Amino acid sequence: MTDDHGGDVRLTGIAKTYGSFTAVHPLDLTVPQGSFFALLGASGCGKTTTLRMIAGLEEPSAGTVRLGDQDVTRLPPYKRPVNTVFQSYALFPHLDVFENVAFGLRRRGIRSVKRQVGEMLDLVQLGEQARKKPHRLSGGQQQRVAVARALINHPKVLLLDEPLGALDLKLRRQMQLELKRIQTEVGITFVHVTHDQEEAMTMADTVAVMNAGRVEQLGTPAGLYENPRTTFVANFLGTSNFIEAGVDGRSGADLVVKAGGGRLTLPADRCGTAPAPGGTILVGVRPEKIALTPAADAGAVPEGRNRITGTIRDASFLGVSTQYVIDSPVCRDFAVYVQNVERDPRLVPGAEVVLHWSPAHTFGLDAAQDAEAGVEEAA
Amino acid sequence: MTATLTEAPPTAPAAGEPPRRRGRLTPYWLLLPGILWLIVFFALPMIYQASTSVQTGSLEEGYKVTWHVATYWDALSAYWPQFLRSVAYAAAATVLCLLLGYPLAYLIAFRAGRWRNLIMILVIAPFFTSFLIRTLAWKTILADGGPVVGALNTLHVLDVTSWLGWTAGDRVLATPLAVVCGLTYNFLPFMILPLYTSLERIDGRLHEAAGDLYATPFTTFRKVTFPLSTPGVVSGTLLTFIPATGDYVNADLLGSTDTRMVGNVIQTQFLRVLDYPTAAALSFILMAAILVMVTLYIRKSGTEDLV
Repeated sequence: MTDDHGGDVRLTGIAKTYGSFTAVHPLDLTVPQGSFFALLGASGCGKTTTLRMIAGLEEPSAGTVRLGDQDVTRLPPYKRPVNTVFQSYALFPHLDVFENVAFGLRRRGIRSVKRQVGEMLDLVQLGEQARKKPHRLSGGQQQRVAVARALINHPKVLLLDEPLGALDLKLRRQMQLELKRIQTEVGITFVHVTHDQEEAMTMADTVAVMNAGRVEQLGTPAGLYENPRTTFVANFLGTSNFIEAGVDGRSGADLVVKAGGGRLTLPADRCGTAPAPGGTILVGVRPEKIALTPAADAGAVPEGRNRITGTIRDASFLGVSTQYVIDSPVCRDFAVYVQNVERDPRLVPGAEVVLHWSPAHTFGLDAAQDAEAGVEEAA
Repeated sequence: MTATLTEAPPTAPAAGEPPRRRGRLTPYWLLLPGILWLIVFFALPMIYQASTSVQTGSLEEGYKVTWHVATYWDALSAYWPQFLRSVAYAAAATVLCLLLGYPLAYLIAFRAGRWRNLIMILVIAPFFTSFLIRTLAWKTILADGGPVVGALNTLHVLDVTSWLGWTAGDRVLATPLAVVCGLTYNFLPFMILPLYTSLERIDGRLHEAAGDLYATPFTTFRKVTFPLSTPGVVSGTLLTFIPATGDYVNADLLGSTDTRMVGNVIQTQFLRVLDYPTAAALSFILMAAILVMVTLYIRKSGTEDLV
């Protein structure tokens, strides 16, 4: 990464409305030069509209788009130093692979394109296919042609609109690594739109989670996952368990809450706005952070860990891990993922168990929101 | 595992079982009506026509097949100006149809929005009236001293067209221009419909992709839209050019003896002069000429390589 800011994308108060429908609410966003940025959200959340406004394919209803120091808000797409990899590629069916890739260069009046196109096709490993028409290529190959066709122009920003959506799972994983490799190699800013949280987390340096035309949260994949700020993010990225709890008070840097007769602690800096004693809070914890101990061994649980009791309702063996669903007085469907290292034969449906986890893995969210937000979209 | 799977099919129903055989013949039964139709109304008349073209004799004494191939040569040397005129008028009408039809088809396909169906109906609406009546209407439109001729005269357009030999003096009717106008008008829908079909099939994102890759709207048209619409251009021009070449109604109603096309000659030979061999020979020459031109054209435009 460089200190150059020529490839920064700055969206200021950008919004898009269609009649009375607001696709994107006024939005401020800065994508730094050279980063791999993902816009993540369910379909209809406004992520593609945002991308299209950067590309110039959609005119914003308000706000400005800047690339580096240049205001491009009113520039038509063909005057913007930005290229797009379209959903399902939009390759020109009447041109062969070579001419598809050379299209942008030719439009800018560059005559000797042979060497550049050859190099670009080598980068995406399609040197052999140069004279084939797109419809004779496989999905993965077409996808790479689309990337090559955009990248050859050395855009300041490469926009990717669900580029892997049409590929099967295995190929998608492969292309994710490929795209990441290309991005590291060329150092161009990538803005990637996807609804696949795993894809966003694998590839991007920074992820913006969008919901209903707004950015819910922005951060690194690990930051978003470990410390979600809304229930939507907590549920959309992976799975979360929530316990509604009453705030009891503080103990040093920790917040102490009461739930179902027991006490839980969590770091105060992992709560958005720590409510005053007497208020309520949603205490969240990820399923893989929790350990299970049969109730008979409850004494062996180390001190200082958050603990609740429950009954195993369901256990599914997944090879790497076992997923349990646990009925607890504080939460009806508690999900727990346990690595299959040493399987305790007593952990079967109907068994009484103690669930315990480190307070540091606990996060607190505003109890006013819907604990189920984002669950369906993530499915 | 794979081996056992690939070996399994031979146990499938053996060939020759009655239900399968009937299933296999079904396509041919379905083809039968069409084939019969073609034999009775296309193949047989063609054979009859071919034999007529090499007969000699007269109406009173009857015609006999004498393999008199010279009829072809005589017909061609007598009527080559009409042949050339037919091709020239049809070509002019085709070019005009393309120039008028392409923008309209483009508009319907990409810009019409909710007006699309209405405009389509307007394109097809003339077919609700008879071909003859529509052509006769043009007689009124282009009538001497009528508003169209008056306007063209005031704008001195007629001076130019007269100088080019397309019109004569103050008249539009009974000139080449009138015939070409009639042909253009009558065959325009046959140009618009295939153009529209092929334009409408173009994925809108290809326009966006071209714009994204630095193509101005005009370049996008030149490099993406037009090349992708060539199947429509080819079929539209063929559907216009072929019937226009053999047309005689427009030349008959809107033209004069100086604008006779080969269709008029064939019609006269068949129905007035009653020289059947010459008429049949002219028909075959016309057919062969069109076939050659069309083949060359399709070869050149190379449509088979397009999606």
